[in-house]
Amino acid sequence: MSEWRGISVFIEQDNGELERASLEVLTRAGELGRKFNEEVLGILLGHETDNLVKEASGYGADKLIVIDHPDLRHYNSDAYTEVVSYIINKYRPRYLLLPATRNSRDLAGRLAVRFRACLSAHVIMVDIDEKDRKLVTAVPGFGGNIVATVVCTGGKPEIATVSPGTYEARVSDKEATVIKETVPADLVERRRIELVEKSVSPMPDLSRAERVVVAGLGTGGDLELVKEFANLIGAAVGVTRPLADMGIVPRDYQIGTTGVSLRAKVAFVFGASGAPHFVYGIRDCGTIVAVNTDREAPIFENCDYCVVADLFDILKALIKELGGGK
Amino acid sequence: MVALKNIIVTMKVTPKPEEIRFDPITKTVDRSKATNEINPADKNALELALQLKEKYGGKVIILSMGPPFWDQFIKMGIAMGADDAVLVSDRALGGSDAFVTSKVLAAAIKKIGDYSLVITGEESEDGSTGQVPPGIAEWLGIPAVTYVSQVVDVTEDSIIVRRTIKGGYEVVKVKLPAVLSVELGVNTPRFPDFERLQWAQSEFKLTIWGIKDLGLTEDEVGFKGSLTAVTELRELRPRERLRQFIEGSPEEIARELIKRLGLK
Repeated sequence: MSEWRGISVFIEQDNGELERASLEVLTRAGELGRKFNEEVLGILLGHETDNLVKEASGYGADKLIVIDHPDLRHYNSDAYTEVVSYIINKYRPRYLLLPATRNSRDLAGRLAVRFRACLSAHVIMVDIDEKDRKLVTAVPGFGGNIVATVVCTGGKPEIATVSPGTYEARVSDKEATVIKETVPADLVERRRIELVEKSVSPMPDLSRAERVVVAGLGTGGDLELVKEFANLIGAAVGVTRPLADMGIVPRDYQIGTTGVSLRAKVAFVFGASGAPHFVYGIRDCGTIVAVNTDREAPIFENCDYCVVADLFDILKALIKELGGGK
Repeated sequence: MVALKNIIVTMKVTPKPEEIRFDPITKTVDRSKATNEINPADKNALELALQLKEKYGGKVIILSMGPPFWDQFIKMGIAMGADDAVLVSDRALGGSDAFVTSKVLAAAIKKIGDYSLVITGEESEDGSTGQVPPGIAEWLGIPAVTYVSQVVDVTEDSIIVRRTIKGGYEVVKVKLPAVLSVELGVNTPRFPDFERLQWAQSEFKLTIWGIKDLGLTEDEVGFKGSLTAVTELRELRPRERLRQFIEGSPEEIARELIKRLGLK
């Protein structure tokens, strides 16, 4: 058997939509590949993939392995596990990096057990050790205020899922060589899960929004003025975990450790107390304004401008000053 | 008439994250002052299991892996309506990573046997990896559906569930037995029944298994069996902020903010 070599990246797509977080991971893999002289392999599964291939081939991969099959158009836990396992066995990459999205985490959890390999989940840093070349990652735990350095101590490939927004996706001057692979049909057909129905609406990319307005529990779930204000300043709207728990908006809009990390230049936070798992999600923002009725709320230790007031009064005043309102 | 067999619900006890303290000198985590609670998503998993039982029959069995004092939390699950419970408890399990945890839980699930479903929370509040549910499925050689928000229907050999995906949802049909990981907050977990709690605390016999009962050796579990190692812990300090209070009437505050942030 050949040695385990190279860095592979799972390039996630679903129904023809490329997951941008995988391009971030690919960019990082490209940096590590150059530094440690390892080949970077992108792995893309899907159907009618021409546009996806064109887009994904410019982010630092040396080779882009494409498996195109009608039954791979949508993510399928069983079929994807079998096909990616087949590719890993064929190319034997030492490292496998995936974006820490729902579908890729589902896949990574299966692959780690399948290969009896180490898996570091939801990491906020991925690197290779200079000496022994083991995968080194930083994993946030306990609500995000404690970070563990985790190394792989056994198994190949060494796997990590990387939090979306951790690295920036940058177009490379290198164009990947595309390799079209066909896999035995039964790998795709041997599945116990069938898609019945699917419903998705386009999502604003919160992690890349320049301005974000966040609604916390203090809004009681009434987002009308929050949305109006956000519209006036061209901002995206996010929520804290309690609001997502209430089911007012999909969990994709949740800011914090289990949700999105923001990199906005300006963030407004209305009616959030400032729990650690939330503060974690705004740590990379430029200027943060927080409005809360409780002067002692922890959010005021983690913002630039503190306003002790009723959030609806402030929202109304902001809307009026900006020339909005009915 | 569809009839489910055992419905095994995994449960973990986690410290409240905001009450965890970090000692920067010893670089250790102090959980001693933190309140423990049933991992929030696991309560949603248990509620879903109890609802399934009410509609399609079966026996709800809680499965946990942790220290003996977790029995009090497991009994709360019994008081919520679970029929039985197993705690895998062994000193050798200390330091187990997600790989080992999924292996041990899968071994216990096999030993319990005769199951239609294994239902878990989407992830734990302290670890937040979400990797244990698909890991369990792989050890057992059965399918897994992660991030489930709702059960649509149960048929003779399958279950139809709604699963959250980016920007929406998908409905999938999966063959039984299967692992379902349940999204946090998708239902309102019922309160423990007071009389049942009294029964659970006085008469209920919790089954406790060690690793030998599961046919596992010390080398396969804990730090030794894990494939990852934590080499360092540090506190992630949020960056220093201005923390400047803006006072005045709402209009004055609004004008001040607009000026400082250059919003107009």
